[in-house]
Amino acid sequence: MLYFSRWKIIAIVAVCLAGILFTLPNFFSRETLAGLPSWVPARQMTLGLDLQGGAHVVLEVDTPALVKDRVEILRDDVRRVLREDRIGYTGLGSQQTSVQVRITDQNQIEKATTKLNGLIQNLADTTFGGKPVNDLTVEAPEPGLFRLTLTQAGLDHRVRRAVEQSIEVIRRRVDQLGTTEPSIARQGANRILVQVPGLQDTDRLKAILQQTARLTFHMVEDRGPSVLEGAKSSDTEVLYTNDPTPVPVLIQRRAMLTGEELVDAQATFSQQSSEAVVSFRFNTSGAQKFATISQQNVGRPFAIVLDRTVISDPVIREPILGGSGQISGNFTVQSANDLALLLRAGALPATLTIVEERTVGPGLGADSIAAGKLATVIGGVAVIVFMVASYGLLGIFANVAMIINVFFTFAILSSLGATLSLPGIAGIALSIGMAVDANVLIYERVREEQRLGRSAISAIDTGFTRAIGTITDSNLTTLIAAAVLFFLGTGPIRGFAVTLAIGNITSFFTAVTVTRLMVALWVRHYRPARVPL
Amino acid sequence: MLRLIPDDTKIPFMRWRSVTFTISVCLLVLTVLAWGAMGINYGIDFTGGNLIEVRHKGGPADLSELRKVIGGLELGEAQVQGFGQGDDVMIRLPEQPGGDAAQQVALNKVKDKLGDAYEIRRTEVVGPSVSADLRRDGAIAVVVSLGLVLIYLWFRFEWQFAIGAVLTTAHDIVLTMGVIIIFQLQFDLQSLAAVLTIVGYSLNDTVVVYDRIRESLRKYKKMPLPELIDLSINQTLSRTICTALTTFMAVLALFVFGGEALRGFNFTMLVGILIGTYSSIVVSAPMLIFLKLRTGGSPEGVAKSDAAAAAKARP
Repeated sequence: MLYFSRWKIIAIVAVCLAGILFTLPNFFSRETLAGLPSWVPARQMTLGLDLQGGAHVVLEVDTPALVKDRVEILRDDVRRVLREDRIGYTGLGSQQTSVQVRITDQNQIEKATTKLNGLIQNLADTTFGGKPVNDLTVEAPEPGLFRLTLTQAGLDHRVRRAVEQSIEVIRRRVDQLGTTEPSIARQGANRILVQVPGLQDTDRLKAILQQTARLTFHMVEDRGPSVLEGAKSSDTEVLYTNDPTPVPVLIQRRAMLTGEELVDAQATFSQQSSEAVVSFRFNTSGAQKFATISQQNVGRPFAIVLDRTVISDPVIREPILGGSGQISGNFTVQSANDLALLLRAGALPATLTIVEERTVGPGLGADSIAAGKLATVIGGVAVIVFMVASYGLLGIFANVAMIINVFFTFAILSSLGATLSLPGIAGIALSIGMAVDANVLIYERVREEQRLGRSAISAIDTGFTRAIGTITDSNLTTLIAAAVLFFLGTGPIRGFAVTLAIGNITSFFTAVTVTRLMVALWVRHYRPARVPL
Repeated sequence: MLRLIPDDTKIPFMRWRSVTFTISVCLLVLTVLAWGAMGINYGIDFTGGNLIEVRHKGGPADLSELRKVIGGLELGEAQVQGFGQGDDVMIRLPEQPGGDAAQQVALNKVKDKLGDAYEIRRTEVVGPSVSADLRRDGAIAVVVSLGLVLIYLWFRFEWQFAIGAVLTTAHDIVLTMGVIIIFQLQFDLQSLAAVLTIVGYSLNDTVVVYDRIRESLRKYKKMPLPELIDLSINQTLSRTICTALTTFMAVLALFVFGGEALRGFNFTMLVGILIGTYSSIVVSAPMLIFLKLRTGGSPEGVAKSDAAAAAKARP
């Protein structure tokens, strides 16, 4: 146990130096590091949101709303296809996940069956075989009565797609906020985790995350309180303006154009009134449609609708041929900026609800770092003093190993680019206490063997050998707990699990191998008759 | 050199095992009773709700005024608690009826009311759907970690050791919860992490003692179990105390100097270290006798060896 070949010694020392080298970047500023040659390790630990401040927001796709949307679309589709072929129907209605309709003319039932079955869409990729996944089923419980039900598989697929698309949209939106290293990830089946470090204005972030930003252009039938009394039609609906006292506007349900056809949006100032407006530009097909529509409807009002609120309903004064326009709607500079940002990033495919939010201001983060540092240093010093008092020279060896262990933990965190959270600091402090445990085990064993009458070298040898089995078992049990914490924990708790696990694994090397090397070199040099324990 | 535990201690732990077992059982019963009577003071991670940490700009905050203001918002039973230098305040709101979106509304109401006099340092909002998930995940975490450890120890030791270690750890978890309940400490995700860390720590301790017992079992083939266990515990006593002390010191430093955010975690850890150390000395090893590991299995054997141990212990 006490023999080390020259190469082994060099390897161990090299590993320790590497540990220190990879920790060093954390002591320098990013600017200094950028100026160093590229072969110097320059990766720093990432500080968790709780240490540098920032926002952690979990959004959930509103599944019931999504289902309701799907059912409504399905009902509209049924109406559309039946009308297209002039099939008479009655009693078109919807329940939770199904739509029901009765065909009035017996002779048209067959035609209706073909038409309605044509609505079924396959959602699975069947290019390479495999079973198709249909988004709905068509049943006829009695002749002439059809029931179209959305399948669970189809709805799950929609939710999944909605989450994926939302992540894309959110990424585009958050990127435009200009913060560093935001992270956006799926969590579970229908949730999205957004982490934005170093953000000051969390209210703005939340507003930007949650707004659907579905922009549509509709022709206006009428406006004012009178529209509420008029006859209802399935082709029109009443929406309200965003004025201080909302005005009802009767618009055509069908959108002439949507925000999907926008290529750009910017906040600017109107030349006439010098108020904040959002200017936008359509793509080629959008521009053509807009031109045609505006030519046909000069003198009539149209509505610009954002998330079911009419933000502006101007009258078309002349054909708009250039494919660009302006939205004015009581904006402040900030809200015009945000709307432009949202329009550029695109609309969310579903409603998102904030289900969890944790934000930490930068002041608290800095305080936490300071407190964590102080506590770790005090804890470390207490452990060092205790070890020297209890084990003398060998205690010093253990302390050196423990300090190297802390370096290793930082080095691994830095090179993995892992995040150091406040509980992570606790993990480091705790692993300081536990790292010396391996040495305590060894030294107690050596002391015991020496009392049984063994020589110094023999006692050290047996002590190390016997203790290693115990250290393996005890470290592995701690590691199991850390692993469970990691896989089942979230955010900062994971940070704790990571540092605890890293400290645990590296302590095996430092407390056993590095300490053994120091003891071996000491024995070789001084040939002690007794171990001073 | 500093010697916390003298060499060659011969403390007859097994002779007192009926006493220590009674103490443990009483404490366990007390915990269960307190659980029933007082309940766990769950934090917002598990109940849903809002937590807002603010700092009053320029001097101590007027807590009673703040209570009145927050109370006036009619957001249920709000807690307003000062800490630190007196300018820091923690505001907790219970879960608002009306689903996930309602929590945000409540947060904004409080923010508006606080205005510019306070710096908002931290906000946490946990909606009902998330808190239910966190509760479930937390319970799974504790059970899974115990299960994995059971399997691991089963491979490494005989089954009595595996069961003994898991029962000891369960004992530690319940007693730690007991302290949390009796002091009505906030039980949140951090406390749960602390409990899981205690699982690791307590097992670590227990395994060291078990390891020595296993070694002694091979060495002294004829020694009665209680005597052998006493020997093993005494041999490892110095290590058990030293490690408990170093870990305790490190966590104590965190508790005193580490700031408010981790206070719950650190307190739970401190309690857990004390309980874990106690149990690895006087609970885990006697468990092996109850689980009938080797000679100590027959009642006469236990009685005889108890007498022997008693005789040895007498000066």
